[in-house]
Amino acid sequence: MMMTEGVQTVAYLVAGVLFIRSLGGLSKQETARKGNISGIVGMAIAVAVTAGAWASHPGRDLGGDIGAIGLLAAALVVGGAIGAVLARRVEMTGMPELVAILHSFVGLAAVLVGFASYLSPEARAMERGIERTVHLVEIGVGVAVGALTFTGSVIAWAKLRGTISGKPLILPGRHVFNALLAMSALSLCGPVVMMEGTGGLIYLVAIALLSGILGVHLVMAIGGADMPVVVSLLNSYSGWAAAAAGFVLANDLLIVTGALVGSSGAILSIIMCRAMNRSIMNVIFGGFGTADAKSPTGAQEAAGAVIEISQADVAALLREAKSVVIVPGYGMAVARAQGAVHELTQTLRERGTTVRFAIHPVAGRLPGHMNVLLAEAGVPYDIVLEMEEINHDFAKTDVVLVIGANDIVNPGALDDPQSPIYGMPVLEVWKAKTVIVLKRGMAAGYAGVENPLFHLENTRMLFGDAKKSMDGLVTALRA
Amino acid sequence: MRVGVPKESFAGERRVAATPESVKKLIGMGLEVVVEAGAGAGSGYPDEGYEKAGARIADARAVWAESDIVIKVRPPSHAEVGTIREGALLVSLLQPERDEVLPALLAARKVSAIALERIPRVTRAQKMDVLSSMANLAGYRAVVEAANHYQGFFGPQVTAAGTMPPARVLVIGAGVAGLAAIAAAKALGAEVRAFDTRKATKEQVESLGAKFLTVDIDEEGEGGGGYAKEMSAKFIEAEMALFRAQASEVDIIITTALVPGKKAPLLVPEDVVTKMKRGSVIVDLAAEQGGNCALCVPGEVVQRHGVTIVGLTDLPSRMGQSASRLFANNIVHLLAELVDGPQLHIDLEDDVIRPALVTHQGEILPRPPPPQMAPPPRPSARPRTAPAPEAKPAQRHIRSPTRRAWGTTLGGMLVIVALFVAGRFAPSDLLQHSTVFILACFVGWQVIWSVTAALHTPLMSVTNAISGIIIIGGMLQISSTLDAASVLGALAALFAAINISGGFLVTERMLRMFRREPGAAAKAGSHGGHGKGGHG
Repeated sequence: MMMTEGVQTVAYLVAGVLFIRSLGGLSKQETARKGNISGIVGMAIAVAVTAGAWASHPGRDLGGDIGAIGLLAAALVVGGAIGAVLARRVEMTGMPELVAILHSFVGLAAVLVGFASYLSPEARAMERGIERTVHLVEIGVGVAVGALTFTGSVIAWAKLRGTISGKPLILPGRHVFNALLAMSALSLCGPVVMMEGTGGLIYLVAIALLSGILGVHLVMAIGGADMPVVVSLLNSYSGWAAAAAGFVLANDLLIVTGALVGSSGAILSIIMCRAMNRSIMNVIFGGFGTADAKSPTGAQEAAGAVIEISQADVAALLREAKSVVIVPGYGMAVARAQGAVHELTQTLRERGTTVRFAIHPVAGRLPGHMNVLLAEAGVPYDIVLEMEEINHDFAKTDVVLVIGANDIVNPGALDDPQSPIYGMPVLEVWKAKTVIVLKRGMAAGYAGVENPLFHLENTRMLFGDAKKSMDGLVTALRA
Repeated sequence: MRVGVPKESFAGERRVAATPESVKKLIGMGLEVVVEAGAGAGSGYPDEGYEKAGARIADARAVWAESDIVIKVRPPSHAEVGTIREGALLVSLLQPERDEVLPALLAARKVSAIALERIPRVTRAQKMDVLSSMANLAGYRAVVEAANHYQGFFGPQVTAAGTMPPARVLVIGAGVAGLAAIAAAKALGAEVRAFDTRKATKEQVESLGAKFLTVDIDEEGEGGGGYAKEMSAKFIEAEMALFRAQASEVDIIITTALVPGKKAPLLVPEDVVTKMKRGSVIVDLAAEQGGNCALCVPGEVVQRHGVTIVGLTDLPSRMGQSASRLFANNIVHLLAELVDGPQLHIDLEDDVIRPALVTHQGEILPRPPPPQMAPPPRPSARPRTAPAPEAKPAQRHIRSPTRRAWGTTLGGMLVIVALFVAGRFAPSDLLQHSTVFILACFVGWQVIWSVTAALHTPLMSVTNAISGIIIIGGMLQISSTLDAASVLGALAALFAAINISGGFLVTERMLRMFRREPGAAAKAGSHGGHGKGGHG
């Protein structure tokens, strides 16, 4: 099979367009699945054409290259199978972990491609000169970004799983440490370029190690509440790593795809940061949720009383309510209450009550995480609204159920300049007639911030496991 | 520690200070509960219910003499005080200003007596505020009593036999009771208007759908603690003129005006009553304090000038079941502040408990001056602590690509300058790739902003999948010689393959979960009202 370079370029162009379509398709629910299929087709074309190009490489003897073909086939089959199993097995509450670990694979692949490219005969045969310098610097940068993405994602994955504590690890002088790591990793590109042949391999390894440590250290310093930002940021990095690999291999499709993914992650990070009223720099270097960020507790003691409510009373309130808004948070995912929430929604809607969901952009541990969980439980997406769509409606709402959410419904963000989350856009649930807060206990949210909502006089606390409470409410309402 | 719940001895009193539900909570706090036989019978709580909740049923003597804490609704009779155990805690309405002997008797028995009506109306004490709970019931019941004596419909009627206008209700005093009355009258369909000297109540009155009446004189009647103060003579004159004018229009007047510790102000003199239509009804909620209406007879329903004047003083008691429940909950909240395991802890510094404490350790405590403070929030008002709509910074628009337009523009210029510099030195190959890279970034930027927030997780998994395109980098490194580069390339391809299949499959799985409401297609237009266009 002969594959001309022209055919390959056109095929890559088609694949690139299909990838853009796959992302564009996600702008609407109706086109989302078509978009995903575009992505799959694009990927199939790209892989097939690359395989064809590889097979028709000058000097390739397909008959004699059983080893190479076997290696390639084995890699594709084994990798594909692992991926399929992961995709089938993952629970929707575990999506953040899956996304994080997939980022790490891209980073790892970028590192491997960088090394492979450095060791390949073509690179070794290059003449000294500006072309070689550029190529080697590209490899250095690619390996650095890849290693950073890899270790950072692995740490994020472990933090999301709970293997590593979500508390930020704050080392003294960490900014200097980070800067030193980054500078030395980049300056090591120098010796890589200077050394003949593959003599600079040791320096390339050093670059990978230093960037890897940088990745570990950066993510270790970030608190649990900032995980959505970190995951989107790593999403972005994984794109830049792919783009860097594209520069190394002079492959435009890799560059285009990497740039798409990179900007996608960047935009998600920006949305998340705006949703917390913080800059990206503040998230990466801030070490949020540390002791110094907490406001003094003395001022809050005066308002320290909360009013508890029983399940039966909540059921009575819901029975009377015409309009109910449910605000889910990460606590709902932890308690695995989404199924019960759906049942409650159904029960209420059968009674003629209007039920809607209000989703804050940073609810959960992944952008859009709550939407996926609710979709899995069977809640139709029509009644799941974004913060900006529903914030005006709270005043007309009878009952708001806050399930396992805290910081995203904190009125202090709007009126208390002392609050560490002052200025963060929040769901204005307190405008509703009654707010029911379902909580396991009186702990502060992930940001460690006291929430005055709990002490407002139209707020009632329903303590206990969210799933059990939901089940109880359903039983009470059906009775 | 033992809590005693005696049966109310006041004639006609149906309420009781504990319900089976509250008994459970008290026992949960580590207390022992003794209920006098038949205590809850008047409000529909039989003895068995209490026993089931864990209380012991006993006779009156045992309840009074053997309890460490006695909880009660009405002030105890002098005889009852004589039987209370020395040093016990009494929690009840006490009204010591009406019965000067009572504090002395209580002090003589070294009783610590908490007068529930003296608990200050501060935010922390709202859940213990029986006056608000009871006022709420009274306001509601006032409308029910008015409806009982009124011979017409409350709500407008359109029937084949003719149309009937709604009843017109005037509520004077928009405190807790007044607001409850407004809400109940509105719910029955009446046309409601309300008057209060405190301007702050206007918003609350209007939020319930009633009309707020005003006089032309500018004087603020806020007297602190949720009550109004007495107004100037000129103001009262204007007020009377208003009521006189209103009297000929309205069918029902409900008065709720109380000034703490004083006789109720006279708001409806005889000449106002004569202006009213025959068959009209006046419900005077201040009857117990002398009445707002000149012709009111406390405790009775009378007819004067063809107007029925309801002066009942037992309205909360007439709603015994609900009243007892609220009262009992208020007491549970109060005891939760006082009881610490097996210990009774009366803190004389506590700014909620101290003002309510009438006697303690054999002494009559002087009433402390009310703390100088801004008017506290009233139970039916919106919370003060919630941000006022106009005070907050405008919530920012998160999903806007143009918010930092300047930064983006500046960044773009820098990139262009960098490209010019690079164009001078770099090989053309690199430049060409950079062009592709920057264009792709812009395309990505435009495309991704339009992705709906609901699909951000699928977006991440699909980008996971397509960033697996790095697989072609790995594939191209595998060469026939099976050297180190080939092995590394194959490994890269393996990891990338995980991404590709994992990413696409999990995205597909997720997207299949997103379902539109069955049958929603037909009304897609209607819900577009609260969604962005993209959701429709």
